[in-house]
Amino acid sequence: MNIKKLLPQLLTLLVLILIFGFFSYNAQLNMENRGLEFGFDFLKYEASFDIQFSLIEYDGSHSYFRAYLVGLLNTILVSVIGIIFATILGIVVGVARLSKNFLIERTAAIYVEFFRNIPLLLQIFFWYFAALRALPLPENAEPILGVSFLTIKGFFVPSLIWNNLDIFIYSIIAAIISIFFVKMYARKKQDNQGIQTPVLKISIGLSIFLPLLSFILGGVDASVELPVIKQLSQSSFTYEGGIKLPPELIALALALSLYTATFIAENVRAGVQGVGKGQKEAAASIGLTPNQILKLVVMPQALRIIIPPTTNQYLNLTKNSSLAAAIAYPDLVLIFAGTALMQTGSAIEIVSITMLTYLTLSITISILMNWYNNKIAIREK
Amino acid sequence: MNKLNFLTPDKNNLYPYLYTGTVLFLLSIIIVLSNSLFNLDLIYFLPGTISFFLPLVLGFIGLHLIRIEYSGIKLLEIINKKINTNNFNALLSLLILFVIIKSLPPLLNWFIIDANFSGDSKDACSGSGACWAYIKTWFNRFMYGMYPNEEQWRINLSFVSLAFLGVVGFFATDKFKKFLTLYYVVVYPIIAFFFILFFISGGPIFFDFSYGIIAAVISIILGFFIPSKFKMYYFIIVPITLYILLKYVFFYEELIELGKLESLEWVETGAWGGLSLTFIVSFFCLIFCFPVGLFLSLGRRSDLPIIKYISIGFIEFWRGVPLITVLFMSSVMFPMFLPQDMFIDKLVRVIIAISLFEAAYVAEVIRGGLQALPKGQYDAAKSLGMGYWKLHILVILPQALKLVIPGIANTFLALVKDTPLIFVVGLLEIVGMLNLAKTNPEWLGFAMEGYVFASLVFFIICYAMSKYSYNLEQKYKTDR
Repeated sequence: MNIKKLLPQLLTLLVLILIFGFFSYNAQLNMENRGLEFGFDFLKYEASFDIQFSLIEYDGSHSYFRAYLVGLLNTILVSVIGIIFATILGIVVGVARLSKNFLIERTAAIYVEFFRNIPLLLQIFFWYFAALRALPLPENAEPILGVSFLTIKGFFVPSLIWNNLDIFIYSIIAAIISIFFVKMYARKKQDNQGIQTPVLKISIGLSIFLPLLSFILGGVDASVELPVIKQLSQSSFTYEGGIKLPPELIALALALSLYTATFIAENVRAGVQGVGKGQKEAAASIGLTPNQILKLVVMPQALRIIIPPTTNQYLNLTKNSSLAAAIAYPDLVLIFAGTALMQTGSAIEIVSITMLTYLTLSITISILMNWYNNKIAIREK
Repeated sequence: MNKLNFLTPDKNNLYPYLYTGTVLFLLSIIIVLSNSLFNLDLIYFLPGTISFFLPLVLGFIGLHLIRIEYSGIKLLEIINKKINTNNFNALLSLLILFVIIKSLPPLLNWFIIDANFSGDSKDACSGSGACWAYIKTWFNRFMYGMYPNEEQWRINLSFVSLAFLGVVGFFATDKFKKFLTLYYVVVYPIIAFFFILFFISGGPIFFDFSYGIIAAVISIILGFFIPSKFKMYYFIIVPITLYILLKYVFFYEELIELGKLESLEWVETGAWGGLSLTFIVSFFCLIFCFPVGLFLSLGRRSDLPIIKYISIGFIEFWRGVPLITVLFMSSVMFPMFLPQDMFIDKLVRVIIAISLFEAAYVAEVIRGGLQALPKGQYDAAKSLGMGYWKLHILVILPQALKLVIPGIANTFLALVKDTPLIFVVGLLEIVGMLNLAKTNPEWLGFAMEGYVFASLVFFIICYAMSKYSYNLEQKYKTDR
């Protein structure tokens, strides 16, 4: 290590230490002046504010930590919904972009160009303040499929009431594990004896049969609870029973999935186009059927191109779900960096916790992605 | 005449198929068209479900019948190739056609035919269409925010002159071409920064700016008469002397206080807003994030461990958090880190925060370009005896940046689309102004018009940017 290499590093380090020292000194001084104390004790205190929509039991008497959990779960909920719909829509649109049909290709292209060139925040506002406000009041709502109601106050859907839900979940896990083993067995058999096993049919059979068995033998039981209209006052109605999805959630999930789907669609298109023409021709020349070409030749190569940027989009969607604060959907940012910060005044702690949460989420996903990337990367000599 | 087989139309019986198919197809279109345009149900006598599916079935059979290969009719070939390759495609095409026909008239009605264009109050908008009078009345606010009406020429003038200074580079003669990079990377941002800082915000600080301009203009004019031998010293000494003279001797500050000199009215940054703020924020972030990102990407690939890990930590941190929390940090957490009497303007804080945030993304994009270069480029440059900086500036960066034009353009697009988020700290650009206007009691109920307007504005800006970047990419594409 010579001086030429050491000097710039030491200088950078020194500058950084000075900046951090300056900041923390000021922070200490400022907090003393305002009578604040640094620490995470406030997490245990009573939150004493209500949250409109929560997945776990929560009211004002719970702690700030519980409020944090509610926010985190709401963030995860809207992200998962968004990711599912964005993936489905993205694949459909991406395939449509590759269609030889002029009308389909153009429609998909217009959708992609339009939705990805408009700020996401604007789209969220549009759905929440303009589109969903045009929905009917609860008393005028027409039932969808006879059981659910899309109203200005939210989407009311029937809920399932379970008995022995845990056994049902175990049966699903068992089905997944057994499918996994069947797959392993089938691959081994193919490798050793060259005999193909109908894996798909067995998997479908298993995934129907095992949960069914849990109904018959395990005492699992489900009944449907329908939303029923109820009068609150002279002119105010709502629905009781079932599950209520608040309009904020719908607007947010809608905007997030429509926006992210455009990027996923472009990834899918790039991935399929990225597979060389020669690959398909070579596959066809050794006598594979079109379905086999798609399954065995095109898809594995296309996925290698598609998956890394798509994971990135999932990450973006999760981070973008923090825009929820703009329409008051109670997510992590709104509850914690908004309400809790106003009440406790512990700005440094709360903003750090919020950022660390997102950071942990992102870094976990990117580590997984790097691992996957290394696994599927082409090994060149 | 050969035997007709309706399941497999062929060329031998071209015309019977063609005529029946065309008639059926047109019939289905006419049914839907009359329904959507004139609200006329031509097949009212049929029961509900059948009348719903009839156009689809008719059109499907029609398209099936006209799917004839090698017919020799140009139009037919085009139709078959574009929308009618097989049954499934034909069905999808029909569905899309019907949806377009069904939805176009209501959309046109809302946008143009039933819309109100004139008037300056809510009463003017009684029709069922859009109320563009609302946009017209609020147009100034959407563009300039709360900036005082009579001062808005300052924003216009700044943007026009900055745009002019920006396109000057395209007309540069060969003699000046080599200075273009220096101009765009260093000179232009500095000019723009001072222009906006002093001219748009105005106030006493504006005088500093105007002295500077006067000093610069005078020294440039005088500079023509100075022998080139002394030019360098001249341009270092004279402008500064002139500036000091102007500021402290000729226009002594008391004159301002006495009111003999009128300054530009001070407009605080809180009043800036609308689309102009979108431009200001994205412009500055764009200028600042690029160099920072460049250095971060170089740092990440450096072999000095401390610099490398600091860069990695920095990049991964900013990429891992949502922008909204960064803005929260800049508004509630950052003031805690400053000495009590020190105050940094909200807008400046936001610009710094967004720049650092986007710089991390720019860094990753540039790193992609650096990684894509073959190692031979480094080796070749090193074998010529180039040092680190020379190697990067002359050999590596020109090639790497060329490779990442689309990626950088995408990052800049994301930046423009992220600007509305500054509502978090209370700055209202166009989307924020829309939300403000929406809650005005005299103009309730026009949220849709506002959002449609803003969407169109952003769409035009972003679409133009992406097309421009595509052109740039094509222009600088070199075969390797």
